Amino acid sequence: MTSDTARSQTSAPPLLEIRGLNLDFGSPRGRIHALRNVSLDVRATQVMGVVGESGSGKSTLAYTVMGLLAENAEITGGSIAFDGHDLRKVSPAARRKLLGDRLSMIFQDPMTALNPVLTIESQMIAIQHHQGGSPGEKRTRAIDMLKRVGIPDSQSRIGAYPHQFSGGMRQRICIAMALLVKPALLIADEPTTALDATLEVQIIHLLKELQQEIGFSVLFVSHHLGAVAEFCDRVAVMYAGEVVEQGAVREIFHNPAHPYTRALLACDPGRIRERTRSLPTITGEVPSLLGSRQGCIFRDRCPHAFSRCVEENPVEYHLRTTQVARCHLLDHSQVISA
Amino acid sequence: MTALLRVQDLRVRFPVVGSLMARLTGTKEPFIEAVCGVSFEIRKGETLAVVGESGSGKSTIARTLIGLKAAASGSIRFDGQEIGTLSVTERKPYLRRMAMMFQDPVGSLSPRLTVRSLLTEPFRIHGLKDRDADAEAARLLHMVGLPADFARRYPHQLSGGQARRVGVARALALNPDLIIADEPTAGLDVSVQGEVLNLLTRLQTELGIAILIITHNLNIVRHIADRTGIMYLGRFVEMGATDEIFRQPRHPYTEALLSANPNPDPDAVLNRIELKGEVPSVLNRPSGCEFHTRCQYAQEICRRVSPETTSNSVNPTHSFKCYFPLQLTLLSAFENRRLPAPGG
Repeated sequence: MTSDTARSQTSAPPLLEIRGLNLDFGSPRGRIHALRNVSLDVRATQVMGVVGESGSGKSTLAYTVMGLLAENAEITGGSIAFDGHDLRKVSPAARRKLLGDRLSMIFQDPMTALNPVLTIESQMIAIQHHQGGSPGEKRTRAIDMLKRVGIPDSQSRIGAYPHQFSGGMRQRICIAMALLVKPALLIADEPTTALDATLEVQIIHLLKELQQEIGFSVLFVSHHLGAVAEFCDRVAVMYAGEVVEQGAVREIFHNPAHPYTRALLACDPGRIRERTRSLPTITGEVPSLLGSRQGCIFRDRCPHAFSRCVEENPVEYHLRTTQVARCHLLDHSQVISA
Repeated sequence: MTALLRVQDLRVRFPVVGSLMARLTGTKEPFIEAVCGVSFEIRKGETLAVVGESGSGKSTIARTLIGLKAAASGSIRFDGQEIGTLSVTERKPYLRRMAMMFQDPVGSLSPRLTVRSLLTEPFRIHGLKDRDADAEAARLLHMVGLPADFARRYPHQLSGGQARRVGVARALALNPDLIIADEPTAGLDVSVQGEVLNLLTRLQTELGIAILIITHNLNIVRHIADRTGIMYLGRFVEMGATDEIFRQPRHPYTEALLSANPNPDPDAVLNRIELKGEVPSVLNRPSGCEFHTRCQYAQEICRRVSPETTSNSVNPTHSFKCYFPLQLTLLSAFENRRLPAPGG
């Protein structure tokens, strides 16, 4: 994490560059604006965290990059550039070439992410269809990768079916499969949410170790602030379909600038040092994403909201080295407006 | 204060499918013991937290207390009366005084009933026909801070936090002395989680209800529980005042659980005790101390002989099951993680 600032200042273009992304879901009640004006970068060998509560659009963002959206989803604006490809314009065939080669994904629920009627072996060989080599070589690679993610006795266990493994083991297998294709970017959608506390730590450590060893980039979607603080270099905070603040993990967690980020961090009982019987909360509810909307998305729940928040969408204000936040409160002489 | 609920040496068994399975895995008897020899008590108006990972038997304890699962042996005394051996009808007056909140906030509400019916169902079940259903529903909704017109809604029209509040209101319907809350915050966002816990705390202060909270989330336990018990493979490995457990854990499993709690501070100094492997299967329990397969301090004796429950010499209410309990010198790891200071 100490090398983050150095890395972020390199001039190489980011591996994944999302600019002004807008995405709607069609529904019987109207169009739901699930992502609005989302911009973020994932640089090479960097871990980008996306945090937010349920319904903030963080998983939708991950699925958009992978191209795994439901049929009622429509990208209405913006661009997604990955490694020189415009993911909005690539043909389905070209996208399929990227998936399972340059791009791979770990899903939230390890219990349903594997095919129950196929052995681990056949699934791990099948995922290498872009790679060269005989089935025997692919099998050897699979066994090596299983060993690396800590599956004991992988030589014989590779022939087993998913139900013969526990949840933690299955998530390790999913990680092994995702990394087997040597991806440039790994998308992890809440990979530890379904696991117990002691396993969660194991999985995060495993991902961190492999990331440092192999050097791939990660888009890590999570609602767990502790996991993000440990694993990520940078973090984007999402609220109701918008990225309200992003920057280096250290800057965001130590000096949150957006009122939502501050409220979210204050709510985490793990950050409250003194024992308290009255836990902080964010009053009110997430606004409906139906229809068009003007002004700041967080204003109904914001303790600092003023007239400008109703009238005008906040732009991005740059603070410190890497931190960017969308809040009118930051618009004063000391800060350089975007 | 007298004990409201006293559980002694409770054992709960589940039959294993087929005896062939038992023979193959080397178990002698065709059942698994999900809860084996658990003893604890809850005093009036107190919060006890039971913490453990999946499969540790914590939810089974809750289900046994309210009679959804029969105990194989042991005693459950509620307000001085043995209820473990009572028939369903005999148990009913006691069940009125214990309310259960189930794990899944939306899933535990019948999708075909309105909130009004859900809230007044306990009155029908317990034959309290004289109550005015509309007035009771409004009263209960008010208690949990929901508007009265929610009575007409169906569960699918509620958010997770609202459904959880309805669950709390339903638990309150019969003015219980004890609420058993099974993972009351699972699946809720942090901003909503605080609301639900604050609500439970407020009701406890106002009504003097005792709460048994079952959870795997240590972060919330620290703030809401008076006492905490840590479960591993169906047994308590450590139990004591919450402050003490967090300040001076004695069992290595507690130590590992505490340090497994990712700290939302990127600069935190981590002296993490990472557990190797996974929780063993209850079908094939390890010999001796059942934690020895994952314990970094395990010695020869741990593999052979199961440790007895020991009490802290200074504080007899703090008990643990370990031959080599953690000494004070090992506590620097926690101080670096800036957990509450002594007395805090």
